[in-house]
Amino acid sequence: MSGFFAMGGYAAFIWPTYGLAILTMLGLLIWTMRRHARAAKLVAELEARRPRRRGVV
Amino acid sequence: MHRFANPARFLKIAGRIRPFAALVAVLTLIPGLYFALFASPADYQQGDTVRIMYIHVPSAWLAMAGYSTMALASAVALVWRHPVAELTARSAAPIGAAFTLLCLVTGSLWGKPMWGTWWVWDARLTSVLVLFFLYLGYIALADAFDDPERGGRAAGLLAIVGAVNVPIIKFSVDWWNTLHQPASVMKLGGPSIHPDMLLPLGLMAVGFTAAYAWLLLRNVETALLERKLRMAELADLDLAR
Repeated sequence: MSGFFAMGGYAAFIWPTYGLAILTMLGLLIWTMRRHARAAKLVAELEARRPRRRGVV
Repeated sequence: MHRFANPARFLKIAGRIRPFAALVAVLTLIPGLYFALFASPADYQQGDTVRIMYIHVPSAWLAMAGYSTMALASAVALVWRHPVAELTARSAAPIGAAFTLLCLVTGSLWGKPMWGTWWVWDARLTSVLVLFFLYLGYIALADAFDDPERGGRAAGLLAIVGAVNVPIIKFSVDWWNTLHQPASVMKLGGPSIHPDMLLPLGLMAVGFTAAYAWLLLRNVETALLERKLRMAELADLDLAR
């Protein structure tokens, strides 16, 4: 197993590559989901507000 | 193309494709990682550093795919003024930029042990760096105007003009033969890479592409919601006047 982690002596180049790839993917995923949740919440609030406003105008 | 122009229709289609893209991404990335790290041989010349390829090459493809999406969608947006097209171009930009950065960094991590240098002003490396700056320029320009439509149009022109860089990247390794190796998968006469290495590369490439499709669709959906909010805000301002 230690041989696997050593990656033939190239551990210092291979593990950062995979770490950064996972970080990039997860980062994009979390950013995308948060952005969507925020917009969806605001639209829901807007739609809840709308009928009332229509009554006023 | 015109069928997707209607936002409601786009949302319906995107809602159907997205779960499928997520499934494909999970089902290819997990075995892809397994084959890339465990169940594939080291290269006879490059040793285990060949495993960097399974991340580096798919991110390079997405860097190009992201830019192509952006340029094509910008062209459609400029010609037909489809709102979904403009939002697609805007949504592709940060995703493509992220994968371009990943491509550059993993390339550096591969270059150091194999070429003896983190960076060289080789045609391929330089043109991909230019691609990254084009993405950044697009993102900055798209948000530089109070009126998002004007920003979208200006940035769209930049994306279209910058598209000349895409074939330059692709053929840079043939036109200027320097350090970066030439194509070994997408070339005439088929791939010249051993099947044991083609399998993890293929799995990762499909997985990255499916993840990209998911991210792009979700962000276009979000952008449509944000557009709705913006229009409601403008309507409120009109009422207040």
